[in-house]
Amino acid sequence: MNTQMKTEQFSVVRNTTTSRGAAVVTAMILIALISVPFWAGRADLRMIIEFAYYLSLAQMWNLLAGYAGLVSIGQQAFVGLGGYMLFVLAIYFNVPPIMAVFLSGLIVALFAIPTALTVFRLRGAYFAIGTWVVAEVYRLGFAQVTTLGGGSGQSLPASIVREIGSGRSEREMIIYFTALFIAVASIGLVYWLLRSKHGLSLTAIRDSEAASDSLGVDIFKTKLAVYVISAGITGVVGALIFLQKLRISPDAAFNLQDWTAAVIFIVVIGGIGTIEGPIIGTLIYFILRGVLADYGSVYMIVLGVVAVVMMLKAPQGVWGFLSKKYDLHLFPVHRRLKAKDELE
Amino acid sequence: MDWVNTIVQGVLLGGLYAMFATGLSLMFGIMRLVNIAHGDFIVLASYLALVVVTSLGLSPLISLVIVVPLMFVIGYVLQRYLLNKTLGDDILPPLLVTFGMSIILQNVLLEVFSADSQKLSAGALDIASITVSDQLSVGVMPLIVFISGVAIVGGLQFLFYKTELGRAFRATSDDQDTARLMGVNNSHIFALAMAIAMAVVAIAGVFLAMRTNFDPTVGPARLLYGFEAVIIGGLGSLWGTLAGGIILGVAQAVGAQIDPGWQIMTGHIVFLVILIFRPRGLFPRSVD
Repeated sequence: MNTQMKTEQFSVVRNTTTSRGAAVVTAMILIALISVPFWAGRADLRMIIEFAYYLSLAQMWNLLAGYAGLVSIGQQAFVGLGGYMLFVLAIYFNVPPIMAVFLSGLIVALFAIPTALTVFRLRGAYFAIGTWVVAEVYRLGFAQVTTLGGGSGQSLPASIVREIGSGRSEREMIIYFTALFIAVASIGLVYWLLRSKHGLSLTAIRDSEAASDSLGVDIFKTKLAVYVISAGITGVVGALIFLQKLRISPDAAFNLQDWTAAVIFIVVIGGIGTIEGPIIGTLIYFILRGVLADYGSVYMIVLGVVAVVMMLKAPQGVWGFLSKKYDLHLFPVHRRLKAKDELE
Repeated sequence: MDWVNTIVQGVLLGGLYAMFATGLSLMFGIMRLVNIAHGDFIVLASYLALVVVTSLGLSPLISLVIVVPLMFVIGYVLQRYLLNKTLGDDILPPLLVTFGMSIILQNVLLEVFSADSQKLSAGALDIASITVSDQLSVGVMPLIVFISGVAIVGGLQFLFYKTELGRAFRATSDDQDTARLMGVNNSHIFALAMAIAMAVVAIAGVFLAMRTNFDPTVGPARLLYGFEAVIIGGLGSLWGTLAGGIILGVAQAVGAQIDPGWQIMTGHIVFLVILIFRPRGLFPRSVD
């Protein structure tokens, strides 16, 4: 038997049969989702919009915690900032609402730079609490701005609401497609980022900062870039959330339970450090919330208990468990070594 | 004179914040655990005191006799059978498990006690005060809280550096494996440390309930104050933590004096400024 194998006998592959199948299924689901507003009711539409923004928030938190090792519990800072920027741009600068949604993300990304330079002085768990302090500073700060309604907040003026679209169903359709676009784009961005050279540096940093540093990865720059990108997209989602809600207040905008706790539970239950995890997690979140809808805050307790048990017993989450058991990779970002001729 | 008054009140408030912080400091110092649910445990202690006071008709201060041992046991069991399992090289499990506990506790308290604001009344003690001069009088209750805060820090300092248990704490903190070789039962030591931290949390919770209104949602803010005091003071130094608490208390009092809406904000800003210019705190001891 020839034990000396030559490198030509191997190839590096990423796509698998399931991932090619998954691409087809994804395309089909996407087409189905595009057709939804033409036949579904308003309640369904609203639920899919909500699903889309939770999925995007989950992807962004996962990018931070699951790939860059930056565990933030202050993402509500950027959701709230995004929401407020939408109101400022639309009311005081007459920016068309949908354009304002994306512009808000850009401004939030700018805010994220000084924020990062401050909280990056803290490490690990202390970083987490530091991001929370910053979110509180933003919340208390906006509560003091009387032109934005102070602590009680304000509504989006009717004239601006009409700018989104003339009729109610037209507005909902436009918000629906924007939400769908943002969700697809955030999955796409994470997928692209992880398959690129940056993805390698990111996972290297997460697994060992010292080792990646010695291999020439610029840790600070990579982390800063991920933090700012994730903040910017979280800001876009925030702007979209409050465009749909049409009303903003500091407590709703910078809400820890709604915009960070729920998102963390989604990612932990679904599977941290995978693209598929947040998707599964968001599905589980909506199912649980639907089932327990009549019992007030009980769904948050159940969600918390499931997440804690998951973290203790199956830290890789639902998707991690499935993908290990059945060797499934719907969005393959890993490189695998494969012998060209298995029989030799 | 107005300002002297403000600063004195701030210092007294700082005693309470130092109490929030020492529990946190203890957990991090010994088992490198950052307990996100810390503030919610403080509020849990407040509600336990409320239940004791209303059901047994005891005075709030006497309720400590029941609440402190109860929280001590809760702390021991929690660490020994749950949190010890999360400790390791990865920071994610302890962080996310305690974060989950925080959200669970908040919502359970909300379901059980509703969102109504509560306060424990200590009767005449609530309004008793000592007149220092015409413009300056010091409330007896805030003074008791402050003195207790200093006593707790002093007591823990003694426990840490003068007793056998303290030696075991420090040894486990420095090097878990060697401590184990020397016959220290790490999981028991960690559980004891958490139990002691929770006893401090219990005292802080009862005093919190006597000083201000509380409801199920106020926990996270207490965690942030405690955390800020720890970072301002510098990691690993208990007296530094006390100083951090006082600085935070004074900052908040000064902020409130300028504009009541700015009280909490001023505290956060002072914390962030210190973080930017002195990232290791004002009185750092340990390297991590």
